[in-house]
Amino acid sequence: MTETEKAPAAAQTTGASLSYRPPRSQWWDVWDQFKTHKGALIGLTIFVLILATILIGPILWTIEPTYVDLRARNQGFSMEHPFGTDQLGRDILSRMMAGGKVSISVGMTAMALSILLGTTIGVLAGYFRRLEGPLMRLTDLFLALPLLPLLLLMVTLFRDPLSKSFGPESGIFLLIVSAIGATSWMQTARIVRGEVLGLKEREFVLAARSIGTPSRRMITRHVLPNVLSPIMVSATLGIASAIITESALSFLGLGFPPDFPTWGRLLFDAVDQMQLYPSRVILPGVAISLTVLSVNYIGDGLRDALDPRIRGR
Amino acid sequence: MFTFTLRRLLIAIPTLLIISLVIFLLLEAAPGDPLGEVPLTVPPEVKARMREALGLNSPWYVRYLLWLKQFFWVEPVHLWDALFGTSYGEGMQRVISFQSRQPVMQIIAERLPQTLIVVGLAYVVGVLIALPIGIISAYRQYSWFDNIGTFISMIGFSVPTFFTGVVLIIVFAVKLQWFPSVYDTTLQVTDWASFKAQIRQMVMPVTVLALYNAAQISRFMRASMLDNLGQDYVRTARAKGLTEKVVVLIHVLRNSLIPVVTVIALGVPTIFGGAIITEQVFKVNGLGQQLILSIHANDMPMVMTLTFIFAILIVLFNLVADLLYGILDPRIRYD
Repeated sequence: MTETEKAPAAAQTTGASLSYRPPRSQWWDVWDQFKTHKGALIGLTIFVLILATILIGPILWTIEPTYVDLRARNQGFSMEHPFGTDQLGRDILSRMMAGGKVSISVGMTAMALSILLGTTIGVLAGYFRRLEGPLMRLTDLFLALPLLPLLLLMVTLFRDPLSKSFGPESGIFLLIVSAIGATSWMQTARIVRGEVLGLKEREFVLAARSIGTPSRRMITRHVLPNVLSPIMVSATLGIASAIITESALSFLGLGFPPDFPTWGRLLFDAVDQMQLYPSRVILPGVAISLTVLSVNYIGDGLRDALDPRIRGR
Repeated sequence: MFTFTLRRLLIAIPTLLIISLVIFLLLEAAPGDPLGEVPLTVPPEVKARMREALGLNSPWYVRYLLWLKQFFWVEPVHLWDALFGTSYGEGMQRVISFQSRQPVMQIIAERLPQTLIVVGLAYVVGVLIALPIGIISAYRQYSWFDNIGTFISMIGFSVPTFFTGVVLIIVFAVKLQWFPSVYDTTLQVTDWASFKAQIRQMVMPVTVLALYNAAQISRFMRASMLDNLGQDYVRTARAKGLTEKVVVLIHVLRNSLIPVVTVIALGVPTIFGGAIITEQVFKVNGLGQQLILSIHANDMPMVMTLTFIFAILIVLFNLVADLLYGILDPRIRYD
């Protein structure tokens, strides 16, 4: 990628003109640019706060999310239960925290899988001319698939065998993560392939090849670091869309089993009683929306920050 | 252009065949049993006969080829019969739904109007909102209008439709009671009162989907306008003394619309796919809801046919988008 190549050079020249700044990596420049994007900064703060609540919260708030207290059913907001309790007397705050942990880890894992697939296919298609045709046909084929129907199909059809062999929770987790990952890698693959095709024409690649660098090292040493920024941006946006997809599946009743809360599942379970207890629908919905919104803003800021044409202006 | 279209159509055939095979094998690999719903009191020999009647005993490739024949030959023949009153298709086995024992295409034809009206209207409304917002946002970049517009469009595609739908139901159906929360599918539009009822029940699903579509398209519109506003020809047009209105609404807008039109074309298949989730939230009996019902009931012919129709539409509108690009933008020549 042209941009990341120029970046260190640009940093050096500005460093020289401002005289005697200690050497700094380009990530500091990226961070400086990222800080100027107000939305991204707010998004990052909110996302970190949500993560902290989910990770640290259960240590401080020790009510089990599955603890059934039939004497304290359907309670409103109180000191004992800040978000109230549900129809079985389970504490909604702890269920929200447990649900967030699942939702976000599904999002992150599915994103990692889709980025791994997308990058591998993109790099292979861009670097090896012989593989380009078949791999790009494959990508086009996947882009022509009706994805949501197929996701629904995969999740319904394979939930029983997988939950039998891996246990209900990890089985469904594996299924949903791999289903989302397998249906969302195409954009990344296309972007990465385009970048790699451009990189291959550059002089430093030619130089590296002329000293006999093998393809494997060419890819890991010269190609991958230079396509890192588009990958990072699509990874961030990938988390957001994976969280939405997981909650949509849960909302359609095809996600995790009922006693295993995720934000989408909590929302789905609350829809039946939304006339009486609207807060139970609103809370998980706001949690999903806020997380996705903040992640999208982070992605937006990251895209600007990683683009050296904008950076430093 | 003609050879390009022809070549793309020829490529589309193997693509679609592979897609249909993929869907078929996916359904095949599934452990679900279409007779799972049959009561346990039914004796095994009756069950075996039922399996035979459903054609479940033959190997998968026979059933796949049979489905292909039914989809590409028998169904068009029946459509021809229905349109022109002929009877070429008599005695030919159509694709039959396991669940309702009706021809699949008949169910689709019954449900298509609901989907087209609700989801299609939402798409049109979404486009009509998105274009002006995108134009003004780009023209007044970083103004308060642009900031609010960008924020709203960010919300529009970050907040999942099932949540916006549920919030609208809580606010407007439960609290204010302006609109019904559930779409009445039996409503027939016969007079003014039932027409008003139809409009009232369409307001919320259309709003939810229109917001979602508008959020996406307005971002494209804004980005495309921004690309063009900085071009040399805009400066030239201004230098010639053209009014700002002519420059923006004729020169810039026409050029910016090129990529936006293709994005809009690419979104059309989702109309037919029926926003699955929105239809589920408001209980609209469209194609999306049918798909969910059939998936739950292991109704393989229905799922297979519906999914494949969606795939055809996606491939078709990809082609349409490419062709539109070539027609609208004289810089792009496919030959």
